[in-house]
Amino acid sequence: MLKRIFPHPILTVVLLIVWLFLNNTIATGHIVLGLVLAILIPWLTSAYWPERNCIKKPFTLLKFLLLVLWDILVANLKVAVLILGKRANLKPGFITIELDVKTPLGISVLANVISLTPGTVSCDLSMDRQSLLVHALHIEDAQQIIDEIKQRYEKPIIEVFTAC
Amino acid sequence: MFESIVAILIVVGAIFTLIGSIGLYKLPDFYMRLHGPTKASTLGVGSILIASAIYFSSKTDSVSTHEILITVFLFITAPVSAHLMAKAALHIKIKEKDSTN
Repeated sequence: MLKRIFPHPILTVVLLIVWLFLNNTIATGHIVLGLVLAILIPWLTSAYWPERNCIKKPFTLLKFLLLVLWDILVANLKVAVLILGKRANLKPGFITIELDVKTPLGISVLANVISLTPGTVSCDLSMDRQSLLVHALHIEDAQQIIDEIKQRYEKPIIEVFTAC
Repeated sequence: MFESIVAILIVVGAIFTLIGSIGLYKLPDFYMRLHGPTKASTLGVGSILIASAIYFSSKTDSVSTHEILITVFLFITAPVSAHLMAKAALHIKIKEKDSTN
């Protein structure tokens, strides 16, 4: 019963928060209106969200988000230095990363994080969702980049985003 | 006090946006140019948005939250558009720089 009213509880919470932020208020009227929207929209669109996602270990998620924010900052500085440096010194290349994360949400979060962090942009996901093609602006050691992505980003993503 | 923080943030943001544009002009092939808009500009736009949030929070009584939303949406959409452009480029087989391995 509860599942039919709230097919996606996380989406409901996110929509409510976005609504309140958009209106820049916590007035009762807007909370009520936001709740109505936050319940109606997931209910009406539930046909397009086939798999349910759960977030386990919210503390790990928070730590992961802070890590990613920090890495975005560092990434910007590194890429700025690479861009302003000598063009001939850059060694760009493609790397294939075998994926351990299986859920669609987990893969898209990983791909987004890869694009936002140091010198890498995710380019293509293989049809069987087993590997991700990544373009790197500057490669010293391909294996080191792969290991870093797997250790730093993929491990917490596997822990946090699980199907349920 | 607030004004100086806001001014510093805006200048930093402008510098990073400029570096992103320089990258777009300077880098030799399509895939490398993709790195500019996804990264250098996120920090650029990010610091300008933080400046805006501080300015409007100090000028009016209420806290300005629109900038947080813009940042979140930017961080979600920028990598997606870069991914789609890279995928399209791979599909029509755009040549990469010769030294690419």
